[in-house]
Amino acid sequence: MKFGLLLEIAQKLMLARFKQTLVAAIGVTFSITMFVALLGFMNGLNMMLDGLVLNRTPHIRFYNEIKPNPNQPVDMSDTYSSYNNTIRSIKPNSSRKSIYNSAAMIHTLLNDERVLGVAPKVNTQVFYNIGNIDITGSINGIDVDAENALFSFEDYVTAGNSDDLKNINNSIILGKGAADRMLAQIGDVIQATTAQGNTVRLKVVGYYQSGLGDLDNVQSYTSLETAQKILGEPPSFITDIQVKLKSLELAPSMAIDYGDLFEIKADDIQTVNAQFETGTEIRNLISYAVGITLLIVSGFGIYNILNMMIYEKMDTIAILKATGFSGRDVNIVFTLIALIIGIVGGAVGLILGYLAGMGIDQLPFETEALPTIKTFPVDFNPRYYIIGGVFSLLTTYMAGYFPAKKASSVDPVEIIRGK
Amino acid sequence: MKEKPVLEARNINKFFYNPVETQVLKDITFTINRGEFVSIMGKSGCGKSTLLYILSTMDTSYQGRLLIDESPVTGRSQSFLSRIRNEKIGFVFQFHYLLAEFSVLENVMIPGLKLGKMGRKELEFKAMEKLRIFGMEDHALKKANQLSGGQKQRVAIARALINDPLIIMGDEPSGNLDKKNSDIVFGIFKDLATTFHQTLLIVTHDPEFAEGTDRIIEMEDGRIISQ
Repeated sequence: MKFGLLLEIAQKLMLARFKQTLVAAIGVTFSITMFVALLGFMNGLNMMLDGLVLNRTPHIRFYNEIKPNPNQPVDMSDTYSSYNNTIRSIKPNSSRKSIYNSAAMIHTLLNDERVLGVAPKVNTQVFYNIGNIDITGSINGIDVDAENALFSFEDYVTAGNSDDLKNINNSIILGKGAADRMLAQIGDVIQATTAQGNTVRLKVVGYYQSGLGDLDNVQSYTSLETAQKILGEPPSFITDIQVKLKSLELAPSMAIDYGDLFEIKADDIQTVNAQFETGTEIRNLISYAVGITLLIVSGFGIYNILNMMIYEKMDTIAILKATGFSGRDVNIVFTLIALIIGIVGGAVGLILGYLAGMGIDQLPFETEALPTIKTFPVDFNPRYYIIGGVFSLLTTYMAGYFPAKKASSVDPVEIIRGK
Repeated sequence: MKEKPVLEARNINKFFYNPVETQVLKDITFTINRGEFVSIMGKSGCGKSTLLYILSTMDTSYQGRLLIDESPVTGRSQSFLSRIRNEKIGFVFQFHYLLAEFSVLENVMIPGLKLGKMGRKELEFKAMEKLRIFGMEDHALKKANQLSGGQKQRVAIARALINDPLIIMGDEPSGNLDKKNSDIVFGIFKDLATTFHQTLLIVTHDPEFAEGTDRIIEMEDGRIISQ
């Protein structure tokens, strides 16, 4: 009842100064619209760009690195411990590329509940034979189902079907760049030579386009079995184990743990792709900064209008106080005005921001490099709407706080005597 | 039979410190009983308005003691004083101080809504009743700034009455009005005092006005010289 009265007074005061109130609300609306649309658009782009690399990058990758053993015999020998080691240019020995005991490792990883999934891979260098010319390439033998589930492989197969890799013997999905060079159509058979000298014939069942040109010129995909067959290796031959975790943050520590456990090289995504994280963070930071600046500016607008209103309505404040309204009541009235401006302006802003996002989402954005993108990407994450809403309330409250405080401390005697 | 005191001032002293220390009220002591129609008379600057604002609890920087309805109000919290003003005191100022954003009826109702003892409908009825006393019921739905000066002051008096206050305080309520309207206002006060037994305390510098009241407190240089 009492609150209803204060609300009514606030409402009347706002209607008496409707234009200014409207301008203040439009300020909030504008800034919230921009905030939501900007963040949605910025993050849509971020997610797309990050997705280009991060989605297809394993969180942890296990492989045998070709490098000299750090524990050289001469260093371990007691006899020479007091001598200087002057042996230079140590070469790596022809250690096996395949991961030793890979089946057991995969089993262990799958039993770890932090792990979302595991995809084994066989990576090998080949030459694609085009008439007289050989061009270098690399063939990845993959487990199609795991690759689809964990790394959205099928999204990047722009022509053909990824399932054909497992259904058709000796099939290959060529990188788009490589296919263009070979003039290979789907259904054609191409010839490739492995580093060991085996020549194989593979049927093209699709094109793969990642959006990273260099990669598409080189990379091609076959099934795990086909790759093992090309190399003449048994089914246990695996060169990489790719792991996707439930939480990306765990990657560095788990990479170290498992690397030590398996005595194998383990790369985590943060170390490999640190620059993406940084880029995303900075872009986010900039959009938040711009959005919040807009909100603060609109906050100043509200502050001004409330201040003006208080000077105009000194008499009203004085008589309200004389007839028994406490300072707190007056404070509530002006805080309510600020909050109503914030709520109405903010709500309209959120709706307009959503519409702006929808609009941007419709704008065509087609580029060779990004085959899966047809329009500008916009992220409609409710988080931005919540942050926008909360911030609009917060800034309007802050903007109303000082004027309301001033109004509440108006001394009615001074006003009434002054007449 | 002695009536109960409504307002008691005991040894009230008040100083202004700006620009130099000056004592504006000196040892003011008096009592107003229920049903009395009292006027405070004095020349401009004798401190009568200052005294009224202290009595109304709006000004709290004074020395001495003030009792309203036999309970002390000196040194009480602002919210307590707000409540006292709302419930027990009705104000009429020289200027009407009606809220331009509200209708006449709403202006009268606001202190009642603030008190919250009655529902809206009930209060609306009561406010109309009060307006009817002053012949203002036809203007109830007009905005306050559509009225003439005399009408505004009558509405202001109706507003002062809405919570059936213990005492009505007036600071030169007819000071801004012409002779005719001033007579009307005086007639209203007189009527309130005799018919409704309303306690009134009116500050004025108009001797004619004061003559018509039950009791005159005369002030000079911050002192009561006769009461």
